[in-house]
Amino acid sequence: MAAADFTAPSIAYGALMPVLIPAGAAIVGVLVDAFAPSTIRWRAQVVVALAGLAGALVACGILAGEHHVTADTAISVDGPALFLQGTIAVLGIASVLLVADRSPGMDGGAFVASAATTPGSADERASIRSGRIQTEVFPLMMFAVTGMMLFPASNDLLLLFVALEVLSLPLYLLCGLARRRRLLSQEAAVKYFLLGAFASAFFLYGLALLYGYAGTVSLGGIHDAAVSGQHNDTLLFLGLALLAVGLLFKVGAAPFHSWIPDVYQGAPTPITAFMASATKVAGFGALLRVFYVSFGGLGWEWRPVAWGIAIMTMIVGSIFAITQTDVKRMLAYSSIAHAGFILIGIIALNKSGLSGSMFYLLTYGITTVGAFGVLTLVRDPDGEATHLSRWAGLGRRSPLVAGVFALFLLALAGIPLTSGFTGKFAVFSAGVSGGATPLVIVGVITSAMAAFFYVRVIVLMFFADPLEDGPVVVIPGGATSSAIAISVAVTVVLGVFPQPLLNLANHAVPFYH
Amino acid sequence: MIPILILSIFSGGFAIFSIVAGSLSGPKRFNRAKLESYECGIEPAPQAFRGHRLPVKYYLTAMLFIVFDIEIVFLYPWAVAFNKLGMFGLVEMILFIATVFVVYAYVWRRGGLEWD
Repeated sequence: MAAADFTAPSIAYGALMPVLIPAGAAIVGVLVDAFAPSTIRWRAQVVVALAGLAGALVACGILAGEHHVTADTAISVDGPALFLQGTIAVLGIASVLLVADRSPGMDGGAFVASAATTPGSADERASIRSGRIQTEVFPLMMFAVTGMMLFPASNDLLLLFVALEVLSLPLYLLCGLARRRRLLSQEAAVKYFLLGAFASAFFLYGLALLYGYAGTVSLGGIHDAAVSGQHNDTLLFLGLALLAVGLLFKVGAAPFHSWIPDVYQGAPTPITAFMASATKVAGFGALLRVFYVSFGGLGWEWRPVAWGIAIMTMIVGSIFAITQTDVKRMLAYSSIAHAGFILIGIIALNKSGLSGSMFYLLTYGITTVGAFGVLTLVRDPDGEATHLSRWAGLGRRSPLVAGVFALFLLALAGIPLTSGFTGKFAVFSAGVSGGATPLVIVGVITSAMAAFFYVRVIVLMFFADPLEDGPVVVIPGGATSSAIAISVAVTVVLGVFPQPLLNLANHAVPFYH
Repeated sequence: MIPILILSIFSGGFAIFSIVAGSLSGPKRFNRAKLESYECGIEPAPQAFRGHRLPVKYYLTAMLFIVFDIEIVFLYPWAVAFNKLGMFGLVEMILFIATVFVVYAYVWRRGGLEWD
């Protein structure tokens, strides 16, 4: 067999900067961890991580309006990719700020200093003094961000899989690093890892079948093969279904949602914020690209199933959230319901569906980061007070924190003048124009159901009597304050003046491949 | 075909020769350590079952081994196809090795290479 001649793929490194800058920041972070003295290590890590994310955001801004299909069509840096990468960078900045807060009120941060010490004990203080602090959180987050940046830009199933693993592996680890309630955290990490590995296997199996069908792994090539319809359809639909299982698992759509409440509850709260926002953006970015580019011509075949999944996701998320007594679990189910709403944008399969979904992802992500940020402030002596009953009367004792949380809850419920409303409106109107009116009706009804449990928390905070031994609301450090302030600002501004960003999202479509 | 055939005859012959020669010429003094697994002097205990714990050090060593093993797995085909891959392959491989080297530096500085 004569070896084929090798031609080096041309790679537009400039267009890949939103991916390469966080990757570089992650590697610099590992070096900082290895060589920086322990006194400045934490601060240096925060600076490197924030600089990497800010650099990626700037790169997205510079590249805006361009589209490059590069690395032998494996990567497509186009409008939607850049919009979602910019969103991930912003969400990453907010999450890193939440992680970075180690001010005295925050009880020394949310992460383990050394795996074998009890939180708050003399042992732990000694181990921190001796400089054995763990700052791997930041490089791990940056590696995860690298994968997330690559995920919505992948124009090729193999690269999509690589990006999926790059973003997942650090997250599995990060879930298990909570300083308090460590068993819960480690259980979350193991569950996430096992189920994530299963989902990856599904994805790979689907990839193999689709390669068998189309003879190529590029999304455009699969589209061409599917439209020509000259091959064996069984492979196509089996592959499509298995691929969808892998991706729907990552975004937490029912019936692949069972890991979300446990993992979101067990993970350290700043990491939960990161997972609930940035991972979801990346996952939906990939789902949108796969379904719009590869399977857009097969809408008639997969839409009925997708309808079922969307309806189930919305209903499961909204109904189970009502029965939760833990605030983190409640927000986890709320994120499942939101995944259902965004699925409407995918099913719409038109330009406004794409831009509406992207806008929704931004508004939802920012609000979620803020809500989990507030959660880190309300504390009992043994950690965060996440049980709902502990929040009774919080509004009387700390009106500002309770008010901010109420704003986030209203935004998640989709009340007008918050970003949640404009996002829902964009996706639902796209759904109607895409012929999914019954789905939108289900969406509106479940939104109303969801509003019930959001408002219930607000009522509990403001109209119930404060507890005698209620939780302490700590004064946040500058980092947490700025993360929450960013979230509040974006939530309000996008509720009142959504038009500039909506225009940006509208101009970002369509996908290039 | 012919060179591969000759090579496999030589390598197979060498393997058989080594085993036979070793068993004929080596001294045979049996003791307890010879009957243990691995025959290396380190007792394969404590076991993970019967309530004992496995030393976590082995896990670290195994993981480090995998990192460098994978590096070699990628280096080998690259070295074979070096002439065809040219400058592009060289630059990519240098980037890859540099990244693995960063990990090596991290492991070394954080005490991953110390046994005790």
